[in-house]
Amino acid sequence: MFPIVAARPLARGIKLFEIKAPRIAKKQKPGQFVIVRLDDAGERIPLTIADADPEAGTVTIVVQAIGKTTMLLSMLEVGDSILDLVGPLGKPSEIEKFGTAVVVSGSVGTAMAYPTARELKRAGNKVISIVGARSKDLLVLEDAVREVSDETYVMTDDGTAGQKGLVTEKLKELVDAGLVDYVLAVGPVPMMRAVAKLTSPQHIKTMVSLNSIMVDGTGMCGGCRVLVNNSSQFACVDGPEFDASQVNFEVLMQRNNMYREEEKQSIERLQANPLEQLMKLRDNILQHECAALAAEMAHE
Amino acid sequence: MSKSNNPLPNKERIKLPRQKMPEQLAQIRAHNFQEVNTGFAPEQARQESLRCIECNKPGCMDKCPVSVDVRAVMDLIVKGDYMGAAAKVREDNALPAITGRVCPVEDQCESGCVLGKKGESVGIAYLERFVADWERSSGQFGLPKNVESTGNKVAIIGSGPAGLACAGDLIQMGHQVHVFEALHELGGVLIYGIPEFRLPKDIVAHEVQALRLRGVEFETNVVVGKTVTIDELLNEEGYDAAFVATGAGLPRFLNVPGEHLNGIYSANEFLTRVNLMRAYRFPEFDEPLYPCKDRDVVVIGGGNTAMDAVRSALRLGARSASILYRRTEAEMPARVEEVHHAKDEGIRFEMLVNPVEFLGDEKGNLTAVRCTRMQLGEPDESGRRSPVTIKGSEFETPCSVAIIAAGTSANPLIQSSTPGLQITKRGYIAANDDTLATSKPGVFAGGDIVTGGATVILAMGAGRKAAKSINEYLETLESATSVGNGQEEQSSVVPNLKN
Repeated sequence: MFPIVAARPLARGIKLFEIKAPRIAKKQKPGQFVIVRLDDAGERIPLTIADADPEAGTVTIVVQAIGKTTMLLSMLEVGDSILDLVGPLGKPSEIEKFGTAVVVSGSVGTAMAYPTARELKRAGNKVISIVGARSKDLLVLEDAVREVSDETYVMTDDGTAGQKGLVTEKLKELVDAGLVDYVLAVGPVPMMRAVAKLTSPQHIKTMVSLNSIMVDGTGMCGGCRVLVNNSSQFACVDGPEFDASQVNFEVLMQRNNMYREEEKQSIERLQANPLEQLMKLRDNILQHECAALAAEMAHE
Repeated sequence: MSKSNNPLPNKERIKLPRQKMPEQLAQIRAHNFQEVNTGFAPEQARQESLRCIECNKPGCMDKCPVSVDVRAVMDLIVKGDYMGAAAKVREDNALPAITGRVCPVEDQCESGCVLGKKGESVGIAYLERFVADWERSSGQFGLPKNVESTGNKVAIIGSGPAGLACAGDLIQMGHQVHVFEALHELGGVLIYGIPEFRLPKDIVAHEVQALRLRGVEFETNVVVGKTVTIDELLNEEGYDAAFVATGAGLPRFLNVPGEHLNGIYSANEFLTRVNLMRAYRFPEFDEPLYPCKDRDVVVIGGGNTAMDAVRSALRLGARSASILYRRTEAEMPARVEEVHHAKDEGIRFEMLVNPVEFLGDEKGNLTAVRCTRMQLGEPDESGRRSPVTIKGSEFETPCSVAIIAAGTSANPLIQSSTPGLQITKRGYIAANDDTLATSKPGVFAGGDIVTGGATVILAMGAGRKAAKSINEYLETLESATSVGNGQEEQSSVVPNLKN
């Protein structure tokens, strides 16, 4: 059981959680993720670690409510617990002195890119962050990003914050000016694909963090396989970051749509009676807490 | 051995017919996930146990990888002391309800039964299952007595059959045992791999509970190699030894075109979704599964995993569920009983076919698999005749779901995070055949992570062997600390690596 010790909304439909998980907090590095399961009927979903405090034994995740599990998770508050949290999984981001590193992120992806941007800065890079969102009310962690970046550009589709336009438009300006040695892109697949298309012909080293569907997260099932340089790689153990110029984004998008119907059905079930689902989850957690207590007493 | 409880002379015993295992009708069970075999009634169990002629040199015990005292168990059943029989089995076998269901007994205990030479062997597995089920339904546990604590701490990595068997023995030797599991549920392959209709999950939970009552501690959601390393367990968390029993690991794919289409699964993923995540109960359970209902499903492979996958697909409502195998039925590694069950249920067996490409529609959904026909050529290194493609024999089989059960390769998580741990050419952990000691002092390894994919009982046998070696290692540690030079004493158990 992993208690939630802090919870606050960051933007519309996006919420930050600090969760007590001392083992993970101690080991995690930027770019790694956890797998979360909320209750006994729950699915396992990967979420990138946004931050951690090894002293306090907490990890931070930022969740956008887009599927059933993320919606239910977003209803949780301080005092609730996460039933299962496992990690840190995947390989950490590559941190080196590249020169000028551009960190491109879309919406909730900013939370995932933030710790890597911070480490890139620490490693002596000039860090330029390009933070994108559809609209102002979907921007997250802009201030945190500014703090660890030498330059920060905000791009919104509707111009409600920063400049109106796509993150790739700003990136193109920087690339054209010959200023870029390294790019990390984290966000929706079409955005990452557009970044790859822009930087690959220029031979600028570019990494993307892939969000494929996972089950165990330890390499056992192969469900997260992606085509990289025409060979099968597992996002959970070989990634999640891959060389953007090698990634087949079409296959990634196709596979991410594999359960679209089922996802819709689950969301409808939740939305039909969200409070009942929340109560069920809390009952379930309580049962587990009682069982754990009983086991502890039996042991003594 | 004390006086036999069996009232019959041997002449009478060998005339008794072997009791048949009652099972759900094939037409019915093909549509549910309840257990196929329904188990003996007490009278049947007594009848079957009466057949044992109590050999002086019991071949059954010799052939059992964990050396269960079968003869004594049979006698306790004859006597009607089923709880005593359960406790007797548990002395050597921490998981009787499980092995009684999934052991390949025709190659093990039952192949050693002298009755089998002329007629049919005693149904040892059925009886083992009977006593374990009796115990479980009684709500009590037939547990061996606990022993005095040695104060030694052992970490077991993985809660599958090897880890659980090792835990059962080590706790009996008085050591403190802590089992780490990467997934959220305990049991390893018994939970994620073997389907409910072959091994109900509550049975695994019961066996785990028995270990817990005997003092074994369990911690889920710990991926050793990621969440914590072996070195940290030994150096920072105070463990005196570790047993690595993490299982086989990474699924093999065929590396043919189209393998990324939607609807293509590794058997590991398909079974994990269905078993561990209960996807067959979607949407009550969240984890989705690519739909099998009223569609054609093919499973590629001929092992027990392939049988589990294809029979699961049938139960999910597949219109057709077929096995595609590139050799013939004679070479199939699956257990005979499983193949029979599958055939009774209506599974199709397509022998001597080899998939060469998966075909899909514009959305990337699987529509067919292109195969070639094969014929058997010369025997390969495994002794099986290797299949050779027949030229010009290509054909397409329509299907919406394809499950690849082509075996697994070593998961490198532990190996890559543990300096000083030697690995084999194929990437598995190198361990001494006799002691299961690895190249790293205090670290032992067994089960599929050493041998590659094998069976539940072989993994359990490895777990027991490791427990014995770990116990010996801990004894040398103790005598070493008492004379104050750990290093030299330890070297006596540093392994002599054979592979």
